[in-house]
Amino acid sequence: MTTLSASPAVSAAGRLLRDRRLPVVVTLALFLVMYAWGGYRYSFDAQVAPNLLVNNCYLVVAAVGATFVILTGGIDLSIGSVIGFSGMLLAQLVVVEHVPLAVASLIVLFVGTLGGALMGCMIHFYKVQPFIATLTGLFLFRGLSLVLSKQAISINEPTVSNLAQYHIPLGGDVFLSVGAAVALLTVLVAVVVLHFSRFGRRVYAVGGSEQSALLMGLPVARTKITVYAVSGFCSALAGLVFVLYIQSGDPLHGVGMELDAIAAVVIGGTLLTGGTGYVLGSLLGVLVLGLIKTIISDEGTLSSWWIKIFTGVLLLLFILLQRVIGARGSARS
Amino acid sequence: MSRVVRHHLFWPAAILIALLLFNLPFTPNFFAIHVRNGHLYGSLVSILIFGTPLILVALGMTLVIATGGIDLSVGAVMAIAGALACWYISRQPDQNSVGAVLIAVALALAACVLLGLWNGFLVARIGVQPIIATLVLMVAGRGIAQLITGGFIITVLSKPYATIGGYAFTAPTGVFIVTLAVVAMLALTRRTALGLLVESVGGNSEASRLAGVRARRIKIMVYIFCALLAGIAGLMNSSNLSDADANHAGLWIELDAILAVVIGGTPLTGGRFSIGGSVLGALILQTLKTTIFTIGIPSQANMVFEAAVVIIVCLIQSPDFRRRLMAPFRSAPPPPAPAAVSTQEPVEVSS
Amino acid sequence: MAETQPVLRMTGISKEFTAVRALSEVDFRLYPGEIHALLGENGAGKSTLIKVLTGVYDLDAGAVELNGEQVRITSPHHAQQLGISTVYQEVNLCPNLTVAENIFLGREQTAGGLIKWRSTRTAARRLVAKFGLDLDVSAPLGEYPLAIQQLVAIVRAVEGSSARVLILDEPTSSLDRDEVQVLFSVMRRLKEEGVAIVFVSHFLDQIYEICDRMTILRNGRLVGEHLVSELDRVGLVRAMIGKELGGLEELAEHDRPPIGDPVLRAEGLGRKGGIAPFDLDLRSGEVVGLAGLLGSGRTELARLLFGADTADSGRVEMPGGPVALRGPHVAIGRGIAFCSENRRAEGLIPELTVRENIILAMQAARGWTRRLPREKVDELVARYIRVLDIRPGDPEAKAGALSGGNQQKVLLARWLITEPKLLILDEPTRGIDVGAKAEIQKLVAGLAAEGLSVLYISAELEEVLRLSHTIGVLRDRTLVARLDNGPDVTEERIMETIASGGHA
Repeated sequence: MTTLSASPAVSAAGRLLRDRRLPVVVTLALFLVMYAWGGYRYSFDAQVAPNLLVNNCYLVVAAVGATFVILTGGIDLSIGSVIGFSGMLLAQLVVVEHVPLAVASLIVLFVGTLGGALMGCMIHFYKVQPFIATLTGLFLFRGLSLVLSKQAISINEPTVSNLAQYHIPLGGDVFLSVGAAVALLTVLVAVVVLHFSRFGRRVYAVGGSEQSALLMGLPVARTKITVYAVSGFCSALAGLVFVLYIQSGDPLHGVGMELDAIAAVVIGGTLLTGGTGYVLGSLLGVLVLGLIKTIISDEGTLSSWWIKIFTGVLLLLFILLQRVIGARGSARS
Repeated sequence: MSRVVRHHLFWPAAILIALLLFNLPFTPNFFAIHVRNGHLYGSLVSILIFGTPLILVALGMTLVIATGGIDLSVGAVMAIAGALACWYISRQPDQNSVGAVLIAVALALAACVLLGLWNGFLVARIGVQPIIATLVLMVAGRGIAQLITGGFIITVLSKPYATIGGYAFTAPTGVFIVTLAVVAMLALTRRTALGLLVESVGGNSEASRLAGVRARRIKIMVYIFCALLAGIAGLMNSSNLSDADANHAGLWIELDAILAVVIGGTPLTGGRFSIGGSVLGALILQTLKTTIFTIGIPSQANMVFEAAVVIIVCLIQSPDFRRRLMAPFRSAPPPPAPAAVSTQEPVEVSS
Repeated sequence: MAETQPVLRMTGISKEFTAVRALSEVDFRLYPGEIHALLGENGAGKSTLIKVLTGVYDLDAGAVELNGEQVRITSPHHAQQLGISTVYQEVNLCPNLTVAENIFLGREQTAGGLIKWRSTRTAARRLVAKFGLDLDVSAPLGEYPLAIQQLVAIVRAVEGSSARVLILDEPTSSLDRDEVQVLFSVMRRLKEEGVAIVFVSHFLDQIYEICDRMTILRNGRLVGEHLVSELDRVGLVRAMIGKELGGLEELAEHDRPPIGDPVLRAEGLGRKGGIAPFDLDLRSGEVVGLAGLLGSGRTELARLLFGADTADSGRVEMPGGPVALRGPHVAIGRGIAFCSENRRAEGLIPELTVRENIILAMQAARGWTRRLPREKVDELVARYIRVLDIRPGDPEAKAGALSGGNQQKVLLARWLITEPKLLILDEPTRGIDVGAKAEIQKLVAGLAAEGLSVLYISAELEEVLRLSHTIGVLRDRTLVARLDNGPDVTEERIMETIASGGHA
């Protein structure tokens, strides 16, 4: 009987270019180079690295949610608004309604998840494009935060300030904040879910080919809706983490944060067409963006707008890199 | 009657009229237009003034969406246009020089053409998904605008420049510009073959290619056109405020514009487009904002209403939703008839 | 072959789509442990039959019996539960996931909700080895050639549902010779295990190599069921593309025209994986017909001549020098027109009106700045609606709402108004009713008489014979013979040429 042995390898270079982990490796390399260069130039102290996480913890959480959605080939524009709304809702519940903090937090997480699931339903059942469906989410949640209150509500709850001030020592004078720990935990859970659960594999399958996933008998509808619910949950969690970071709710918090989250996901090597990418890449993407901010503020002479320009340039580079990887002869969708 | 109802502009127009009439009980002189200091005033006039940038951007967006694309960078392009113009004017010894203002405008619009070319290049040549390709400029563009303004809000005191977003011949200049833009758009798309080619590319891109349509050129062109109109909108916005605010000029207008286009009846999947529909869509959004303001709903609820309107419009446009909505009204087991015209159920509201 | 109980028996299957009868009273039976070829040209009803069997379509009439019990298959999922698995021509797996994941997706072994990757991979490796494959199961599927992906799809299909019936829908169309042999060895192994396999292929050699029995469909009707050993190739080709029933009015006998001016000459033109390099001369006033089975490369040949695909070898000469056909717009500029066989995907723009569809090619050639004057458009459109008898005759009707025949006429009109020198028609009469068919044939003959050069592709030999002055015969992506039409050229002879590959 004939045996067919086939190995996917073509050539070393070809193999490397085909490897789906390449973008993540590139991002990691970029991060390390930037960090080394920045560290050399501005003599970073030991706290700089953990601070990247501390100062961007909410974005890490949001980017995790965005990664789920983008892996299925969708997009979520409501992230920033849900973050802002979550902060406002928490502030309103705790400060005005005197709901216990834990209960209020659970309510916030529930509302965020529900909002995401509803958008998922619109997308799946009524075939509204993800862009438009989540755009309505953007308007709705921003509007709802403004309806709750036009002004920022500061949260003077002692638990909140204790949590916010709490430093998790990492040895020496180096520490992480509670928010940063939550962010790391979220990443960890996301990695396990995406790579070790059936749901996670379905997310990749739907992103790889929704048609195939259907013909393979996978519950595509449930997967798609769940993915938006996960994003809603992560956004709400990011909102809570943001409250810890700022200790207030503001109806204008998180404006445009969905773009940062999406940019981080793309820079982290996830294809916007879906199906390929890693949560760890998104974490790296956020850290790269954070590092740009740090370096530019340390530079002093470079103004803040260079952050945006560099982010744009990075986005462009990674999109072009993805084109190179994507142009592997396989049929484009 | 049913022919009127089925006209593609019927629903957008009906919604707009309903919204306008809705204002009447709250603001009895809503439709009144009077002349003060040689300028036209009134609620309708202010809707027009505030709505013009959105109409312009929506016009450009219509063509992009008709080819099956999307342009997220229009807000950033607006900011860049305003920034460039104000930067140039602010460096002139005589800010009131008409020549200088004309040069500033030309400079800004030329930059917009380049930005549109860039978007078009990424989409049509490199083959990047439109939403991502334009995301690059959406993110970086605002940085570029800030780079031009040096991070400050550049204020200009230039009468000729202020005219662009102000009044000319007693009416708001914006009205003239929009009229001109709409006429130009109609001429460009319906007097030439551009409209047909755009619709064919958006309707069936492979069939168009096999019919000899050069889709790449068409796509590059519509992105340039979209950026150019966004640039004009940016100039009007900046002129109206007499400054260039790189952070806030045109912020989120891309979302409003996309919405206006969708409400106007151009599907996001591309193909048939409606210029009149997009203008109506933009006016609906602007009137909605004004209405919310005039009937005394706190302005912060604005976005909730907007979201509600969008959800309703999107769901109505979704065939699956309509089928489900109408299901209880059908007597027979619903056949999967594609929008079967049923004679016995006047489901369409005959207003 | 032992006449045991058939595992599957379909009787009197009929399926109708809006006004089109896709299947009428087709019988089909399948025995365990046999490989059964399902044969027929485009539109013969093969895919409809398969879709009825796999639960994609509900049948209008008829009965399906599985292991002697009557069943009603409601969905692809249900079909799989019943033990009917399908592998389609386009691999329906996820290229971004690994081989192991693709085999077990949805059925992963888990412990406490977490996937046991190690044992999943081991199981996948074992399975793949059982099928005679040596693969790295943890590599993404997309990195393997299509052949391997196809085999992985079969592994999944067979393993997933302990399939008793396996449908392979054109699995070999993108495989090379060695890969086909591997597939065949897998098929033989499954056959030994008692799996009944339905095999769809356009390659006659493969059918004679692997199949035991065949069922032939034509125009939605059963033509016959034969043991492979009982029907020779000529008989098979005749059964598939033989005389069309139903009275088409005879076209006036046309003599071979005086040889006109050369319009296009292709030398060594070819494209890897599409069509082997070929030479072809096309002259004005001449109809060149292409005969060959589906998948023989007839469409690929036409696409090269139009620049729809770019050739990777050879050259094209037209009066005035060589032409680099870089794209359709170049070909159109040189007076070439092409009606694709795939009207919906590659021809019509359904949401545009009849008028807009008709003028599209001419307008594209003029460029967007030079819009055709409205009076001229109306005049042209009205003329062609009248000449071609397009119904409804409303130029503002949506093209997508027209019937197949009228859509085809709209596309013909689109090209005729560009006044081409060479008109390439790929199956212009497929799926349209007899009346419209006759009209289109008459039109083509008339156009040629007026001096147009026509390249005419049809699955129906009779049609090719009737219209063509010269007939090119294709087989296995190669132009194997050119015959001058005459009294000695008969359907029989063309079928023999196809069957023998031009060596007869």
